[in-house]
Amino acid sequence: MTNETNETFDVAKVKADFPTLDRCQDGKKLVFLDSAASSQRPRQVLDAMTSFYETSYANVHRGVYQLAEASTAAFEHARQTVARFIGAPSPNEVVFTKNATESINLVAGSWGRANLGPGDAVVLSLLEHHANIVPWQMLAAEKGFEIRWIPLDDEGRLDLTDLDRLLDGAKLLAVTAMSNVLGTITPVHELAAAAHQHGALCLVDACQLVPHLPTDVSALGADFVAFSGHKMLGPTGIGVLWGRQELLETMPPFLGGGGMILNVTTDGFTPDVPPGKFEAGTPPITEAVGLAAAIDYLTDLGMDAVRRHEVELTSYALRTLHDALGTDLTIHGPSEPAGRGGVLSLALEDVHAHDISQILDHHAIAVRPGHHCAKPLMRHLNVAATARASFYIYNDHRDVDRLAAALVEARDFFQR
Amino acid sequence: MSDLEDLYREIILDHYRSPRNRGALETPPATRTEGFNPLCGDEIVVYVDIDDDGVISEIAIEGQGCSISQSSASMMSAAVKGKTVAEVGALNATFKTMMSIHAGDIGGGTDDVDDNDPSSDLQPSTPVRLGDLEALRGVVKFPARIKCATLSWNTLAQAIVEANEQSDE
Repeated sequence: MTNETNETFDVAKVKADFPTLDRCQDGKKLVFLDSAASSQRPRQVLDAMTSFYETSYANVHRGVYQLAEASTAAFEHARQTVARFIGAPSPNEVVFTKNATESINLVAGSWGRANLGPGDAVVLSLLEHHANIVPWQMLAAEKGFEIRWIPLDDEGRLDLTDLDRLLDGAKLLAVTAMSNVLGTITPVHELAAAAHQHGALCLVDACQLVPHLPTDVSALGADFVAFSGHKMLGPTGIGVLWGRQELLETMPPFLGGGGMILNVTTDGFTPDVPPGKFEAGTPPITEAVGLAAAIDYLTDLGMDAVRRHEVELTSYALRTLHDALGTDLTIHGPSEPAGRGGVLSLALEDVHAHDISQILDHHAIAVRPGHHCAKPLMRHLNVAATARASFYIYNDHRDVDRLAAALVEARDFFQR
Repeated sequence: MSDLEDLYREIILDHYRSPRNRGALETPPATRTEGFNPLCGDEIVVYVDIDDDGVISEIAIEGQGCSISQSSASMMSAAVKGKTVAEVGALNATFKTMMSIHAGDIGGGTDDVDDNDPSSDLQPSTPVRLGDLEALRGVVKFPARIKCATLSWNTLAQAIVEANEQSDE
């Protein structure tokens, strides 16, 4: 498996690994096109979690008995698997959280609360998910710093014309690596370098990046990277914050409780070293095991192949949908498949996103209507809602064909 | 398409394509109240003018949303215009009962569909005739759409509260 091949993988074989995709509605096989919200998970992940519960489960980092040792070993093995998958220099830089939202709140509540105040600025982009907006707005209300916004161009790409001015005096650039609404892939490496030039740190919301593209946090050059397990074949309830070691070491704890301390007296406490410092309470142990199994599954396919599959499928979808619906259909976001992920925000002339999704559901096609937790972006696009179809490793041309046929029917139903 | 035909009755599509009482009213004397469906981003603005006898003399609707939320708002505006606040309260309560997935199923009959429903303060009353609003009955089979249908009614209930506050000032 090298970068030079055009090989992908057998999608039919992949599909067969996902029990949910066997589901039928009114005799029609489910077409699942909502992986940007949450992916499905293969039998291998479910089996790994069940097997762990049945053979190796105990609380971690506590007991001296063999079962607890086995559980701790599996949990720490999962941390190493994550570290290797994202190119982290050390597993100690991998903090397990509940999800990416908690990862970003951790940075805001720990690093942000300690470092941001009046006169400071945090730079966000108009592409951001609420998870990378609201924590900063909450903290800004408390600390009185300014929030600045990177605008977008006509195709929903970041407009970096004024980046230097925006970063002037900023302490943090917090930006998505791929839009969950438009699929826009942002130039994270360039953004991180620009942030550093201005003395700012760079946090990357990688929720849509890590599941879909090869990711190397060292090469990205960012300081913090946040993502969720459930969008990459893993279970819900586990997310990751990767942070540079020296930052994690100097940051104050986020949540307090068991597991994050070296010592507690009646006078106070001494926090543990990272990553334990940020993992108060019993962590998502079985979920970590599930996430590691998901990473093994993706690694077997090869992330280069995953990306190739999605670029090919996205190109096919853009072509097929435009051919089927012509000017009745708008697909928001970059027109070039190479600059985007497999996330298509669709708008049909005269048919609201909710109604599109309802009619698609009638055809057993799962897409998501709404604002996708990105209301500032929706306002920029001047739409209240879109119907979003998003692809993953188990989607194929047949799924796209069924989507196109159902969209034609939705249009005809409302234009009759 | 039987389920879909049941959801998208012809009268619903008619109100969606040709919404009644669309526009704005001058404030004051009218009040302007916004309602949001945070799940789907639908937004509605209800203008009401309540005269000294407690009658909704004028109503106007702005905003954007799906066929269900827009047609429900349109039908509501036609149904409440010229009615007293008390009559509208009874109509709202009857409509909400129709829109409750658990209506009649659960002892105690609490409606857990709308946690923030300002109309829940209204006195329960004997069911009133819903007329055209009956067409929205099919929505109940699609639980995700119930909030689309009730958004305008919740916003109207809030608008009536605000209008009363305004007249008390």
